[in-house]
Amino acid sequence: MEDRFVYADNAATTKTSPEVLQAMLPYFGEGYGNPSSLHQKGREAKKAITEAREKIAMLLGDKPNEIYFTSCGSESDNWAIKGAAHAWSGRGKHIVSTKIEHHAVLHSLEALEKEGFEVTYLDVDGDGRVTPEQVAAAVRDDTILVECMFANNEVGTIEPIKELTAAVKAKNPKTLVFTDAVQAVGNIPVNVADLGVDMLALSGHKIHTPKGIGVLYIKTGVRILNLVDGGGQERGKRGGTENVAYIVGLAKALETAVGGLDENRRVAAMRDRLIDGILEKIPYARLNGPREGRLPGNVNISFEFIEGESLLLLLDMAGICASTGSACSSTSLEPSHVLVSIGVPVELAHGSLRLSISRDTTDEDVDYILEKLPPIVQRLRDMSPLYEEVKKNQK
Amino acid sequence: MYSEKVMDHFAHPRNVGEIEDANAVGEVGNAVCGDIMKMYMKINDDQVIEDVKFKTFGCGAAIATSSMATELIKGKTVDEALKLTNKAVVEALDGLPPQKIHCSVLAEEAVKAAIANYYDKKGIKHDLLKDCDGHCATCQKQH
Repeated sequence: MEDRFVYADNAATTKTSPEVLQAMLPYFGEGYGNPSSLHQKGREAKKAITEAREKIAMLLGDKPNEIYFTSCGSESDNWAIKGAAHAWSGRGKHIVSTKIEHHAVLHSLEALEKEGFEVTYLDVDGDGRVTPEQVAAAVRDDTILVECMFANNEVGTIEPIKELTAAVKAKNPKTLVFTDAVQAVGNIPVNVADLGVDMLALSGHKIHTPKGIGVLYIKTGVRILNLVDGGGQERGKRGGTENVAYIVGLAKALETAVGGLDENRRVAAMRDRLIDGILEKIPYARLNGPREGRLPGNVNISFEFIEGESLLLLLDMAGICASTGSACSSTSLEPSHVLVSIGVPVELAHGSLRLSISRDTTDEDVDYILEKLPPIVQRLRDMSPLYEEVKKNQK
Repeated sequence: MYSEKVMDHFAHPRNVGEIEDANAVGEVGNAVCGDIMKMYMKINDDQVIEDVKFKTFGCGAAIATSSMATELIKGKTVDEALKLTNKAVVEALDGLPPQKIHCSVLAEEAVKAAIANYYDKKGIKHDLLKDCDGHCATCQKQH
């Protein structure tokens, strides 16, 4: 097979789609108005963001005035968690979350712990899942917030958010439920009315917009502190002149993603072909995360006797972009907290590979990965003193 | 993130493999930390390192520093090899990112571990083996 370029790191970020870019372009040019201005340029920009907001609300199953634009998923996470905690600290200081959250969530919670909040981090099972019963059991009278990600960015586990929300509300109707749905939106059906959550975070660049746009959905009647005090934008909760082009781009991206949810069946089929193909071709490999209830684009596999960063470098040389949970690829030199939390031994976390595909991925890309990966793993194993021992024991 | 030299030694590592009749073998690091280097040497009667090979489990920097360390000591005497510092390995590779400096330390230690093994066989006393320096976050040892 001829050399090609395969981008398989869509959980990190996606390529901006041509239709999103086209939708945005006018607002980098003649559509430069400030939506707060009364004149025609302002009205034009205002119309653009109003329509975008309505479209996004319709696609998420909420009301337009429940959509708050932010700059990214991390901002939405920070705002939801700190804004809710600070608004409701008079009623309680207990928060429930899980051990496998994104760092934007975990570090926000850690900041609150320093202020005196108490956080219960729930264990997950070997597939990375929490149960609604488990979450409800952790909820107390003074629990003001429950946060659980909708889908995990590393191992693709989809959490039972609807059932979890119902269980929390049954135990304590006053407890707010927030879900970080950054990896879920666009990949699986997400309808906030159906879910019953109070807040939901999403990010544009995971669904083919450029980086720099996110949303926090806040259900009507849910009070959290303002994030930015300013000129009254976003109903006074997040001031600052609106990022018109990106808001328009996000609406377009969400429309394409939600309209193309069927496309995710094709992506899931490619995912399964990758998982089956890799496990069949490469011995001493294990799938991390579940077989069922997994994001359509997520593959996470650990290879024994090798380390992930060197694997990524060799894949990169072969034109394949991927990711790893190895400590050696992080500046903290700590392995992925998600892999460790689902019970992957540290040695195997070092040897993990995440391939995250998207609707941009083709069958030829899958073939290419399945052709290139096995000899690369073998090359590193042939260099590894750990594999040497295995070979000797085989003889 | 890596220099061209590091990438070159990673992509085309020198002296990879084992030496069947090695008379000096040393291994440092552990799988939990994410890097293990094993070094094999053939040291002749004049205490010259005639041949050296390595096997490494680890990141790009771990492989590149192993490769460079073997290049720097091949054909040298044992005494010269013992003078190899991790700094010399880093310099020869045109630098390493800060969080990867420990890989060069490991390379220096692998050379010393192999020579320690040679000394042990010869009944020569030495003080070459250091305990883990606690460079990595996953090590279960207490430091």
